[in-house]
Amino acid sequence: MIYFDNVSKSYQDGTVALNGVTLSIKQGEFVSIVGHSGAGKTTLVKLLLGEDNPTTGSVSFDSVNIKKIKAKDMPELRRRIGVIFQDFRLLPNKTAYENVAFAMEVAGKADEEIASDVPHVLELVDLTKKMWNFPRQLSGGELQRVAIARAIVNQPDLIIADEPTGNLDPINTYEIVQILKKINDMGTTVILTTHNKGVVEALGKRVITMDHGRIIRDDSTGKYAL
Amino acid sequence: MYNIMFWTTIKRIIKAGFISFWRNGSVSLSAVFVMIVALFMIASTLLITAFLGTALKDLQDKIDINIYVDEKATEPAILSLKEKIEILPEVKSVSYISREQALENFRIRHENDHRIIQALDEIGDNPLPATLTIKAKEPSQYEGISNFLSNKSELSAGSTLSIVSKVNYNDNKVAIDRLSKIIIGVKKLGGIITAMMIGISILITFNTIRLAIFIARDEIGVMRLVGGSNEYVRGPFVVEGILYGLVAAFLTLILFYPVTYWLKNTTQVFYGGVDLLHYFVANFVQIFVIIILSGIALGAVSSYLAVRKYLTSK
Repeated sequence: MIYFDNVSKSYQDGTVALNGVTLSIKQGEFVSIVGHSGAGKTTLVKLLLGEDNPTTGSVSFDSVNIKKIKAKDMPELRRRIGVIFQDFRLLPNKTAYENVAFAMEVAGKADEEIASDVPHVLELVDLTKKMWNFPRQLSGGELQRVAIARAIVNQPDLIIADEPTGNLDPINTYEIVQILKKINDMGTTVILTTHNKGVVEALGKRVITMDHGRIIRDDSTGKYAL
Repeated sequence: MYNIMFWTTIKRIIKAGFISFWRNGSVSLSAVFVMIVALFMIASTLLITAFLGTALKDLQDKIDINIYVDEKATEPAILSLKEKIEILPEVKSVSYISREQALENFRIRHENDHRIIQALDEIGDNPLPATLTIKAKEPSQYEGISNFLSNKSELSAGSTLSIVSKVNYNDNKVAIDRLSKIIIGVKKLGGIITAMMIGISILITFNTIRLAIFIARDEIGVMRLVGGSNEYVRGPFVVEGILYGLVAAFLTLILFYPVTYWLKNTTQVFYGGVDLLHYFVANFVQIFVIIILSGIALGAVSSYLAVRKYLTSK
């Protein structure tokens, strides 16, 4: 489903973020990518979302080279990928409901579908009571659950969670990971970047370890090995 | 199906624009205030130049050349002279006022002044000459007409053939010249000032909206990440810009009434007073349309351009 073919990324100031990364991820997998800050995890995510292009090599999603997708077709790709960030990235002037609904609106879903799916997804992340609250009225864990609801509401093929638990306490971290696991159980591919050892070990799924822009380990039922 | 989706999208964009306008209250308020200033500038320059235009036109209408015809002249001779002047290309109109008519006009004008009427009655005879009043198409053409008149021997005062006793052009020449210069100058200056004011207003508005959108740049990033197309991300901002413009335009028009009213009262001391209020009320529909459209265009174009900056990358 996802294929990184000998991908390198270096920036103008000479920093090498990725160095000859080759990697493939199959449909339905749950892959954790671990590594220190600056190991290249976020760059990997950016290339996958088409926010940045690789210097050499290619990244493909369902056999389509992301670099070759035209700007006007980019939104199409992004609607097939749900993204969750450490800093939540919710729209501050929209309620929890509207934030989730927005993802469906841009995907061109009908009003009736939005009205029935959004409450359902918010129920899934246990936020029914806070549906009409604005982001500023929610806690970190709640914000991240809104972000997850937004990421899954269009039933994407892939969920990318970039350090989703970085700002959360252990209890919220546990809950978020459980939700991600549930999503994966329903068949969605999940890519999780983290440096939380506990999370990775509890999952017992494939772990890719990165360091200085290279993949140094790839274990099918991996451990956190840094 | 495609069509339904299109209208749903339009509806969503408009709704999002309204909600955003309302929820970003303080940003909207300041943008509206700046736009009021901008639109006020546009409206007042338009109003003042238009007003000056009509005022100058009134003045221009007051310029004329009067030919006072000799008492001995017969009416057919006067009328043939009138025809000769009328063929000149520069002449707009020539009106003939007979001695009787002149006397009647004089009486009407001075009907409240008993001493003058008394004096007139005492003379017994009609002391007023018949006149031909010439109006030119342009103020600058009076000189040419006057030259033409003085070169025709039958027209020039004092000649034996002449039926003309006096042409008053030379008396008015200085005033006419000066007025022509002022009219041309004011027209030019008015055009330059209008263009400058409109330019400044556009700049101020554009920068304010750019700041408002700069505040929302992270949101634009999020919208795109969730899969919003450029049109869908930009749409609500453009709607918001249009709303700034509409609200500002209405407030500007409401503000204009008391301002022109005040201006009228405070300038009453001058001769005639600057009655912008009358002009404002008389041309309200036109001013309304111009201000509303300028507001909408300013808001929409500024927002469109300001968002574009954040939509260039993939």
